[in-house]
Amino acid sequence: MSENLVEARGLTKKFDDFVAVDAIDFDIKKGEAFGFLGPNGAGKTSTMKMITTVSPITDGKMTVFGLDPNTQGRAIRSRLGVVPQEDNLDLELTVAENLFIYGRYHDMKKSEINPRIDDLLDFAQLSERRDSRVEPLSGGMKRRLTIARALINDPDLIILDEPTTGLDPQARHLLWDRLYRLKRDGATLIITTHYMDEAEQLCDRLVVMDEGRIVAEGSPRQLIDEYAPREVIELRFQEGEKDGAALKLEGIANRSEILADRILLYTDDADTTQERLHNRGIHPEQVLVRRSTLEDVFLKLTGRRLID
Amino acid sequence: MTTLARSLRFAESEVIAYRRTWRGTVITSFVNPVLFLAAMGAGLGSLVDDGAGELGISYLAFVATGLLAASAMQNGAGDGSFPVMAGILWRKNFHGTITTPIGPAEIIYGRLIWGLARLTFVLVVFAVIAVAFGAIDLGPALLAIPPAVLTGLAFTTCITAWTLTQEDGRSLSTLFRFLIVPLFLFSGTFFPISQLPDYIEPIAYATPLFHGVELVRKITLPGADGSIVTGIPLWAHLVYLVAMLLIGLYLSIRLLDRRIRP
Amino acid sequence: MSVEAPSRLTPIGRVTPFRAQRIWEKNFIAYRRLWKVVFSGFFEPVFYLFAVGIGVGALVGDVPGPGGALVPYAAFVAPAMMAASAMNGAVIETTFNIFFKLKFQKVYEGVLTTPMQPSDIAIGEIGWALLRGVLYSTAFVVVMFAMGMTRSWLAFLAIPAATLVGFAFGAVGMAATTYMRSWQDFDLVTLVTMPLFLFSGTFYPLDVYPPFIQNVAKISPLYHGTELLRGFTLGIVDWSMLGHTGFLLVMGLVGAAVANRRLDGMLRK
Repeated sequence: MSENLVEARGLTKKFDDFVAVDAIDFDIKKGEAFGFLGPNGAGKTSTMKMITTVSPITDGKMTVFGLDPNTQGRAIRSRLGVVPQEDNLDLELTVAENLFIYGRYHDMKKSEINPRIDDLLDFAQLSERRDSRVEPLSGGMKRRLTIARALINDPDLIILDEPTTGLDPQARHLLWDRLYRLKRDGATLIITTHYMDEAEQLCDRLVVMDEGRIVAEGSPRQLIDEYAPREVIELRFQEGEKDGAALKLEGIANRSEILADRILLYTDDADTTQERLHNRGIHPEQVLVRRSTLEDVFLKLTGRRLID
Repeated sequence: MTTLARSLRFAESEVIAYRRTWRGTVITSFVNPVLFLAAMGAGLGSLVDDGAGELGISYLAFVATGLLAASAMQNGAGDGSFPVMAGILWRKNFHGTITTPIGPAEIIYGRLIWGLARLTFVLVVFAVIAVAFGAIDLGPALLAIPPAVLTGLAFTTCITAWTLTQEDGRSLSTLFRFLIVPLFLFSGTFFPISQLPDYIEPIAYATPLFHGVELVRKITLPGADGSIVTGIPLWAHLVYLVAMLLIGLYLSIRLLDRRIRP
Repeated sequence: MSVEAPSRLTPIGRVTPFRAQRIWEKNFIAYRRLWKVVFSGFFEPVFYLFAVGIGVGALVGDVPGPGGALVPYAAFVAPAMMAASAMNGAVIETTFNIFFKLKFQKVYEGVLTTPMQPSDIAIGEIGWALLRGVLYSTAFVVVMFAMGMTRSWLAFLAIPAATLVGFAFGAVGMAATTYMRSWQDFDLVTLVTMPLFLFSGTFYPLDVYPPFIQNVAKISPLYHGTELLRGFTLGIVDWSMLGHTGFLLVMGLVGAAVANRRLDGMLRK
């Protein structure tokens, strides 16, 4: 039997007339890494804020740990670890003090907190910066500290809102490594992201959100299989030749997508498609054949680029 | 472009930024003097003029002249501290500026030119208000503006130099708390220095605001006697303040160069 | 089906209803390093006391205190300095400092993802401002005794009275902060506190004004604070002080209610 830590039915969030989250349903099971994928403004953060009980639900029903967010917010929050989109570390405190005070906010005893700080600093690879102020830390370090802070109360559910936005590739990989460890140790994670590779790497199951609605649901592999043909051919043209080529694409592949800088052809058989290109006299400057990714799924589902 | 032209370009950038923040300055430069003159000059003055002390002039005139120099100090010190810290640390606009033909020295000159313009405006407003209160006459009041501006700018350059040696903004409030406020209170602004204990008097004579206050009073209050002003000649006050301005200027340029072009 | 997962550290039973003191703990940790700033805050009112009380006092001589008896100017002005500094301290803490944390550091957004709630923050921060105020007031009263500006033991009642002044202004300051959009709006704070400082019977008895202006000045909360403190430090107590106390108490409670409601709306959107 799988346990659902979060259950939402018809969950809705409105700001005046603007509908940020439009009657969505989802369940999050214990022990899984669940992703919310979508462009900025899709309603991911609003959904996170409702789960963390800092934003009142406008309509619909949701339970977190079987509790009601409207009346049992405190009890719910005492079992959550939250990593917000923007780091909001306390700049007046040191690295260790930032962890300490969050332990106190969770009503932990000093004797419980102190050994935990050592473990978490170790986990976040910040032991050497223990007594450093927060301000001079790098972006990756601040992010890891924020994650360590979210773990101080040994939460049952960890919520990460765009955990790697704005980090350099090295810092991202280090952070992913830390999140893998949490997964391996059985933690339940909710991750929002607009990075495809991040969702593919980290999430067992995900939903794609667009304009407040869930437009698809499944594992990364399922979504790719369901919504995108196996292969993608990316064509780049010399200045001015793209539009001409675009007129000759009818029936050449399962589907085509004309972007500002290139044309994408979705196909189950790249060789045949390339042959057809040649036969029709289309001569791109550059051709790239690759496997389809979540990004292609997204493009198909929402008809626009993901990273805006 | 000449150095002057480049300095003026930098001053221009300050004017553009100021268009968004002028409201706060209007409050401090216009409303505060009106309130202070009404409360201290007119209100407290009615007690002082009936009171035990012997000033020989109205307390309103005494306070108005003191405040003219003290406002110059406060505005000048303000100009030399927070905007400079913003330039190197918060807004970091100085860092951006030196990637253009404008260099550190011209940033300092530019700020000084802008400070000169703003200070002159603020002090003319103050003087006109003081005249409207009947504290002083218009002619001498306007004559006192240049030395008051000099006082303010001397503070601007010296405090700019000091700010450039500071790591963060916290020390700026300490500066105001332990230097500007005590100077404001104890440099003869609200009461003659002769009221201070004898051993503190020489310290008061050494402070820059004292020289600014003396200059303003000697120019605007021809009837003032030994209980209000000292016998120190005008040129001595001027030499003190000009020297302070130049030393501050020299140090600011050197320190800014070192700070943003390490 | 949904199952309640057992929590290892914070079972619901341990979620205490009131935890504003956690904010004090946080501030205490932060201020351990900033003790110099706290310490230096004590000097400004003392500087004013020396300059106005002693320097200007020599020019003024004696003035009529509450009830009309003549008192030395320094003894007259000292409690007013104390009240004004209680006002300023509370206002700066609950406006500039809170605004910075609210809008720029977004510290509270993080705090609210823990069992803390907006009311804990409002009560905690106003309470902290008061705690600091008590420190300054106590030091100030000691200075007044040392300098002979008060002889009455009632002067120690000025400490809770100054705390009440801090509460009234801190609560209203916090409420005002929730309406602030940018730093530009803080000019308005100065625009309010400066006239209060100058025209609340701080430097001279209100009767130097014409009757109409006297009545306007009596609306000033700082006037009520000043009168209350002056009564205690001069050892002249009468029934009017109950009125002053009531005025400040109502102001503080209304401010705190507004601050709490607004903060909740701002932080829990």
